[in-house]
Amino acid sequence: MSVLVFTENWDGKFKKLSFELVSYAASVAGMMNMKVTAFTIGKAADEELKELGRYGAHRVLSLVSPALEVMDNRTWSKVISDLAAKEGSKIIILSNNMTGKALAPGVAVRLKAGIGSGVSRLPVSTEPFTVYKRAYSGNAFANVVLRSEVKIITLAQNSYEIIERPAGAIPETVDVDVDQSLPATTVTSTHKQTGKILLTDAEVVVSGGRGMKSPDNWEPLVELASLLNGATACSRPVSDEGWRPHEEHTGQTGKIIAPNLYIAVGISGATQHLAGVSSSKYIVAINNDKDAPIFESAQYGIVGDAMKVLPKLVDAVKNLKK
Amino acid sequence: MNIVVCISNVPDTTTRIKFAEGSSAIDTAGIQWVINPWDELSLTRALELRDDPSSGVKKVTVAHAGPASSEPTIRKALAIGADDAIRVNCTPSDAYYTASQLAAAIGKEGFDIVICGIESSDFNGSAVGGMISEFLGIPSVSSVSGISMENGMPVITREIDGGRESVKVTLPFVAIVQKGIAKEPRIASMRGIMAARTKAVRLYEPVDADCLTEIAGFEKPAPRAACKYVDPDDPGKLIELLQNEAKVI
Ligand SMILES: Cc1cc2nc3c(=O)[nH]c(=O)nc-3n(C[C@H](O)[C@H](O)[C@H](O)COP(=O)(O)OP(=O)(O)OC[C@H]3O[C@@H](n4cnc5c(N)ncnc54)[C@H](O)[C@@H]3O)c2cc1C
Repeated sequence: MSVLVFTENWDGKFKKLSFELVSYAASVAGMMNMKVTAFTIGKAADEELKELGRYGAHRVLSLVSPALEVMDNRTWSKVISDLAAKEGSKIIILSNNMTGKALAPGVAVRLKAGIGSGVSRLPVSTEPFTVYKRAYSGNAFANVVLRSEVKIITLAQNSYEIIERPAGAIPETVDVDVDQSLPATTVTSTHKQTGKILLTDAEVVVSGGRGMKSPDNWEPLVELASLLNGATACSRPVSDEGWRPHEEHTGQTGKIIAPNLYIAVGISGATQHLAGVSSSKYIVAINNDKDAPIFESAQYGIVGDAMKVLPKLVDAVKNLKK
Repeated sequence: MNIVVCISNVPDTTTRIKFAEGSSAIDTAGIQWVINPWDELSLTRALELRDDPSSGVKKVTVAHAGPASSEPTIRKALAIGADDAIRVNCTPSDAYYTASQLAAAIGKEGFDIVICGIESSDFNGSAVGGMISEFLGIPSVSSVSGISMENGMPVITREIDGGRESVKVTLPFVAIVQKGIAKEPRIASMRGIMAARTKAVRLYEPVDADCLTEIAGFEKPAPRAACKYVDPDDPGKLIELLQNEAKVI
């Protein structure tokens, strides 16, 4: 019996998100007196796999098969369910990112498991097994009891700290049998930007709203983000207008992010916008309207014209770096 | 070709959600109920496809699992332009139960594509679409930001970390959609509202299904510290606070 944690890999590599997942799994396993089996689908180098062992995984598996090269929801879900059955795992942990959301439901049906989705803390209790999760798009949190024998948790990104707990796992590569009747998706082309910090991974995000006035005004905002090793984001009207790419849209109908620092520039703070950013550890608001609702959610604020404030902030960060 | 769009009935997105601390239900007094924003966009895209004769899509049905009190939301979907609607008469208590009900009803309908939103804005479960696919034993594609039809087959845009890919899938299938699927939600015209009155919402009785999770209680988000204001002429102070006080840069 082990806690099973799925850590996807990106071109064979892991990242902070993966270590958060394993750290979380190790803490849950500690509460239940269990061990942790971490696994990935697709080949990752042994050096990378060993990294997972540093955060408390007792076993580390990489499941490989030519039939797993493209993510097909049902195929991958079945592979995960089969592994859980083989390991006798009653707790399965995935990220609440795109991949986790794609796979958890299929696993849930196959194993008749309840899902606690977007969980941001350790279980509140193990008997009954109760998790704390986001509800009403961040306007509330719910304690949810998972009554099924097998339980699935999808962990909110950047919600759990990384804890080093070397367990010395020796990576194993496992050739898995894939049910050939399942794969139904083929990928015909891929467009991917490389070298850019993903908005969902970024620890600092600088975001612009309609108060930025024009797409031509973004330069100091982009510069500030890059000086802070962060990513850029925007409100919905900004992406709707085509001022910024759609990937940057945060909020209810865009990306849900939880960086350590979210700097909202010229954003009014509509509930639908906050739905995507309210889990940020710190929110900074820069707005020329002192009554803008964003200030109610912010810990630091500057009431002023974005066009004047941003260049000064850029200079201040540059001075800091000197 | 027929499309089924699953719709969830949720509080308007500007609602200030109220509940007694620890209570397992919210206070519904005064709440305006709307079609879940994702589902509204799914419906919009389904209707765009139906209205394009070259797509081969002939009919759009909306499917809802919920009590009679959610009929106004279903009517709204009909008014926006759905051809037909089904409702499973039940209380959608968790994702597994809800997906069981929807899958059972949809399975009895003729369909080629089922579209679900990535999440319902109330329980943020992100599970119903994927579960329907597994219950029906048909493929699903997640993170879908575009669906078009080419020679009678769907061509899907799937978002991936840092980009997107073009995906083909066999029919029938479930599309779990997100940002990009349609731009602005379509709104009901006067004619649509009139026409919706005469369209029937067909009822299904619930099948036996389990509920695997249960809400023990809601909690308010942890309160945040009040805003500290920094002089706009001295933003360097902000950088200093972020570095030394918040320790986030
Ligand atoms: C179903 C639904 C879903 C939605 N989903 C989302 C979502 O996911 N994300 C999202 O962002 N929105 C979403 N919205 C829209 C949301 O309601 C708001 O309309 C939107 O967030 C407002 O964007 P904004 O803050 O950029 O613009 P505005 O509300 O126009 O605010 C602009 C702000 O800039 C300030 N400003 C103006 N000039 C300056 C200046 N020179 N310097 C500094 N500040 C200045 C103004 O004081 C104002 O506060 C959704 C709406 C609905 C109905």
